[in-house]
Amino acid sequence: MELLAIFVAAILINNFVLRYFLGICPFLGVSKKIDSAISMGLAVTFVMSITAVVSWVINHWILIPFKLDYLQIVSFILVIASLVQLVEMFIRKISPPLYQALGIYLPLITTNCSIFFLALMASLREYNFVESIIFGVGSGLGFTLAIILMAAIREQLDHAEVPEALKGAGIALIVAGIMALAFLGFSGMIK
Amino acid sequence: MSTKTIGQEFIKGLWDENPVFRQLLGLCPTLAVTNAVINGFAMGMATTFVLIFSSLVVSSIKKLIPSQVRIASYIVIIASFVTVADRFLAAFFPPISKSLGPYVPLIVVNCIILGRQEAFSSKNTVGRSVTDALGMSAGFVLAMLVLSAIREILGAGTFFGYQVMGPWFKPWIIMILPPGAFITLGILLAIALQIERRTKSRK
Repeated sequence: MELLAIFVAAILINNFVLRYFLGICPFLGVSKKIDSAISMGLAVTFVMSITAVVSWVINHWILIPFKLDYLQIVSFILVIASLVQLVEMFIRKISPPLYQALGIYLPLITTNCSIFFLALMASLREYNFVESIIFGVGSGLGFTLAIILMAAIREQLDHAEVPEALKGAGIALIVAGIMALAFLGFSGMIK
Repeated sequence: MSTKTIGQEFIKGLWDENPVFRQLLGLCPTLAVTNAVINGFAMGMATTFVLIFSSLVVSSIKKLIPSQVRIASYIVIIASFVTVADRFLAAFFPPISKSLGPYVPLIVVNCIILGRQEAFSSKNTVGRSVTDALGMSAGFVLAMLVLSAIREILGAGTFFGYQVMGPWFKPWIIMILPPGAFITLGILLAIALQIERRTKSRK
């Protein structure tokens, strides 16, 4: 039950994009087409799941036993940067079509603040190993859900008459605001 | 090398290249901590500190950093200053540190900072880089103050914690919740774009 609660909360209630404002850059930048939104979402979910595992191991096997927790910021960001690099090389070797599909989005993930926040949050909330993984996968899926919904709305927006000044980021943010409003409805689902 | 005067280097951050309104950088903290002016201000100050010192260090040692590993080096430099800022806030301003929470460490991935190192400090002299950092930070703090003032006044009827609205005022709770942040910033961006278009067409 506990695990299910973490999972559902990460997707719907504490959605990274709409509740914590994380990963706004890719959320606005890569949400013009549904296809690329799906690729981006899956890439983020993938990296988030691995980050959850690796950052837990680093935190609990190295930083905490040696009382180095003030090095969390530096070590997490380095781990994420090298992890993204490794994942990129790995995918290129294993599955060229997937690599093609993800393209430029993979390296961009390093500067996606949601990944870093995930590592910090899991350590702040003192999740155990399994909880961290569930939290990572759930948060990634939450990001995917938000970016796909956004892309679907923006594809429709292309046909709408938007005031000149609001075009682009302006209207996208207002749409995100309305989506966040809708997602507020989920709060209270889990105590 | 930039051909602007030192003054122009500073001024451009305020409007022409304002990181938030014109370049759309660093939107995550802008949206997340602007529910009260005090939070927005503290975040702006912390970011200013990190940006100025990172620019100072990066521009001083730019010749020593091999270009293949420059991004990683910048990130380590930035992360060190963020750690300092994080510990400082936790030690001297515990309530602010608590309400900003994990958003202070998140300054590491604030694209304004990395962006300025890559686009400016790695190519310019120390003096110019620090001026540029000062200007960009001022622009960022300005954006944070505008956004958080609108949200706090409408959402809670207060400004820096002081009551500014009369008893007749019913706070718009939505403004201090996440949707208010998105909608307010969206409208502000539209206003900024409109002003820019007006001044362009006049020229």
